[in-house]
Amino acid sequence: MQCQSCHKNPAQLHFTNVQDNRMTEVHLCRACAEERGLVGVPATPKFSIADLLATMVDKMSTTEEERVGPVQCPSCGMHYSAFKDTGRLGCADCYVAFQSKLRPLLRRIHGSTRHVGKLPLHAEAAPSPARALSHLYDDLQRAVEREDFESAAEIRDRIKGLEKQQGAATGPAEA
Amino acid sequence: MDLDTLARNPGPWLDGSGPRADLVVSTRVRLARNLSGVPFSHRARDEQLVGVLGAVERAAKDSVSFAGGGLLRMHELTPIERQFLVERHLVSHELSDGARPRGLYIGPSERLSVMVNEEDHVRLQALCSGFQLAEAWAVAEHADEELEAALEYAFTDELGYLTACPTNVGTGMRASVLIHLPALVLTKQIDKVLKSVMQVGLAVRGFYGEGSDVMGNLFQLSNQTTLGHSEQESIESLDRVTRQILDYEERARDVMLRDARTQIEDKVWRAYGSLRYGRNMSSQEVINLCSAIRLGVALGFAGLPPLAVVNELLVFTQPAHLQRGAGRALEAPERNLLRAELVRARLERAISETGDGGRG
Repeated sequence: MQCQSCHKNPAQLHFTNVQDNRMTEVHLCRACAEERGLVGVPATPKFSIADLLATMVDKMSTTEEERVGPVQCPSCGMHYSAFKDTGRLGCADCYVAFQSKLRPLLRRIHGSTRHVGKLPLHAEAAPSPARALSHLYDDLQRAVEREDFESAAEIRDRIKGLEKQQGAATGPAEA
Repeated sequence: MDLDTLARNPGPWLDGSGPRADLVVSTRVRLARNLSGVPFSHRARDEQLVGVLGAVERAAKDSVSFAGGGLLRMHELTPIERQFLVERHLVSHELSDGARPRGLYIGPSERLSVMVNEEDHVRLQALCSGFQLAEAWAVAEHADEELEAALEYAFTDELGYLTACPTNVGTGMRASVLIHLPALVLTKQIDKVLKSVMQVGLAVRGFYGEGSDVMGNLFQLSNQTTLGHSEQESIESLDRVTRQILDYEERARDVMLRDARTQIEDKVWRAYGSLRYGRNMSSQEVINLCSAIRLGVALGFAGLPPLAVVNELLVFTQPAHLQRGAGRALEAPERNLLRAELVRARLERAISETGDGGRG
């Protein structure tokens, strides 16, 4: 068997990488294995989450992009197609620019699209109304799921109240 | 903290002192952060990355967590020195590429460090000996808060901490344990166990070397997701699953001892003999032999070197550690001779230190 990396030397080392419910086998010669850090450093093997991600993104249909043409981040100029190749976004604003495409991807990866956990110190000082609203929407969904319609109605009223307040304070809702 | 200090000391996370150190080599918590207003590392210009390095250095200098530490700039190090840091688990392969302005800020000890301008601008990591998830999280969280007082991170209410790769977005936290599971491997139950682990949403990395032998029987378990679960929840679930696996491993060890004590003793002591008297050893061979010694120590066999020495051998016999010690680049055949020599010397020293380690 030939090394899958250099395609020159015979493969001497056979790695099985278990990730994401999937087992992949890699066959390498010693030099290539060392280059990738697979030999001698057992605890921190180099494994490329970007590669993995790129295959996940590819699996998702890209019909939308084909329809509307390439999508580009206005801040850093990154094209969505480049993200598909590398699995890495260009800047924080890419999350906004590619929002509609990232949402289903995030759901696939994490099973969720909303952060739960630590907030930066400056964010904690002023919990945003948007955050409160999104929590309420979640509560509403859970109440509906357990068929607790009394609570659901109550939560719905609170959402209405909050949305009215927010609308009055900030003008039309953000896009 | 400089490379010479690192080279002389095996690092407190390797001292074999933590809880369950016989089964869990180390625990790590890593937090990914990016500075607001700067493109992610791979899209940023060099001068922007220099700015990030400076900002992180100042923030760390002003903190209590990193007091007495210092910044190593990757491009100022030789390739061997950079590889040395990789072998020390302080630096990733990506960071060890010295082509761009990247750095490693090491705290007062190796327990706490920050990779600067890796995939994300800030990769804070806390490393603890043995099984100490709560402790590692506490160290990381405290340091995170201190840095955050001086740095403004890219964050949104909806998605949390924004990271270059969407697999890290949210908490940006990856907690992991490096566990030693020789009995599950020997009794061929490991595949079943790993499959069940993956079903509960954790990631496992096991490494197979030549043939079907797992390299060192070492596995790394970590949380898979970072969005939708708090840091605490992720850590608790990793903790729960790890305990369960340790329980399986211990049961498998009991069975092995009951049914095949002689074979296990033979395997452990032959491994010790090879390490103690071998003259030509590859890195992989040392890793696998050390696995057998670790098993023997955990099973309470008298006369073996302590875990701290086993851990030290694993780290100090890697290629860049050997070459740094020798003060020059060495080819693999030369390294194999030097490695065997170093192992023999260390084991002899262990015997004189403890009066143990060769009189099984």
